[in-house]
Amino acid sequence: MIKIIDLKKTFNHKQVLDGVNLEIEKGKITVIIGRSGEGKSVLIKHIIGLLKPDSGRIMFEDMDLTAMRERDFNEILKRFGMLFQGAALFDSMTVAENVGFPLKEHTDLQSADILKTVSEKLNRVGLHGVEEMMPSDLSGGMKKRVGLARAIVMSPEIVLFDEPTTGLDPVMSDSVGTLILETQKALQTTYAVITHDITLTYKIADKIAMLHEGRIIAEGTVDEMKASDNPVVRQFLEGRAEGPIKVY
Amino acid sequence: MLKKNLEQLGRNVGGFVTTAGRITMLLGWTCVYAFVPPVKFKNIFKQMEFVGVQSLFVVILTGMFTGMVLALQGYNALKRFGAESLVGPTVALSMARELGPVLTGLMVTGRAGSAMATELGTMRVTEQIDALFTMGVNPVKYLVSPRVIAGICMFPLLTVITDFVGVVGGYLVGVKLLGINQGVYIGRTIDFVQINDIFTGLTKSLMFGLITTLVACYYGFYTTGGAEGVGRAATSSVVLSSVLILVSDYLMSSMMA
Repeated sequence: MIKIIDLKKTFNHKQVLDGVNLEIEKGKITVIIGRSGEGKSVLIKHIIGLLKPDSGRIMFEDMDLTAMRERDFNEILKRFGMLFQGAALFDSMTVAENVGFPLKEHTDLQSADILKTVSEKLNRVGLHGVEEMMPSDLSGGMKKRVGLARAIVMSPEIVLFDEPTTGLDPVMSDSVGTLILETQKALQTTYAVITHDITLTYKIADKIAMLHEGRIIAEGTVDEMKASDNPVVRQFLEGRAEGPIKVY
Repeated sequence: MLKKNLEQLGRNVGGFVTTAGRITMLLGWTCVYAFVPPVKFKNIFKQMEFVGVQSLFVVILTGMFTGMVLALQGYNALKRFGAESLVGPTVALSMARELGPVLTGLMVTGRAGSAMATELGTMRVTEQIDALFTMGVNPVKYLVSPRVIAGICMFPLLTVITDFVGVVGGYLVGVKLLGINQGVYIGRTIDFVQINDIFTGLTKSLMFGLITTLVACYYGFYTTGGAEGVGRAATSSVVLSSVLILVSDYLMSSMMA
């Protein structure tokens, strides 16, 4: 569905992405793992258009996202959803206004219909009766759920997740993992998740890709990655300080 | 030592040129998106309420005391020449041509400009602006254009209020406190103040509205560095806006003289 071809990006003379090649398959959950600071967020921001690459292409259904005009790209964005690390809910809006925001901006739906869809999506992520609450009144886990409801409210074809379990306790992390699995199965949407949470990765991934030193150094199913003899992959999956990955 | 100083100078000049260029670009996009449908009337009215209505108290207070002190000092100075009757025109002309727009600009910059920079800066560091973009909503159109339009609309209105309240303050001190004849005070004021004086001040206030909101949005929009960056954005926004207001006031005064 999305094909990333030889993507390169440099910040302040530091090569963050050094020729990333990756395919995100339709209807599957692809998890991109890697250490903090390896460029996972940079990669996902390129997919959603927040950053422009120095070179390389991102193909979405034969369209090169990196070479599109702004107006065309905005149309494509309606087919995407994104859950940010901190949920990125609008402080000045209620939960219902946050979730209904894309509908209000891009559809002709009446307020009552928007509210109905909002409640339905909130129920899907396990939240009830929170429509009038403000983001500041929500716990970290609830914010992520509201963020996910907002990400799927336009019924997108692909949803990107930026560190969905960062800052959550293990129980809530597992709950978010279950939610990702349930919504993906129910909506048959393509999910791309970036994380360094190995427990979550094993729970949700159809395919794992490991980003290291600006490149995808290994990819495969959970079992294939577990059986990998790449020492970098093994060290990361086993969470060891000793090994080829340097600890600064 | 010389090399270091030159390098530092180069960095400062480079930084200034970059900032000026980015503000100009932002102004360009703001103008473009202000006219691209659908126009965000709700956002514009919300910002007009924030910039205008919520600044009323501070501009009334500023205008009143400025008019009062102008009358007091003007009286003390003009009395030496036996020209107490010119206190009214002195207050009215000063308020209409200079102090009304400049003080309104500085006060609203301190209140609304810093708040705008802080709000947008917080939205930037918490990825809310990125979220807008990913939802196919242009952040400049949604956040910046309504604020700049509100600033351009509300600054002249606030200036009219400051001018009026300042003249009332001057009248209270001049007539009620210092005993200048009421008829002379009002008559002389009407004789000396022309409609052109008021329009001069209002033209300036339009520019100050643009400067304040555009600079605040620029610093907020391009905030980096977390909470510290947000604080820095608010401070930089107030400092640059205030300096630009004072510099552009002189330039516009000399052009309109």
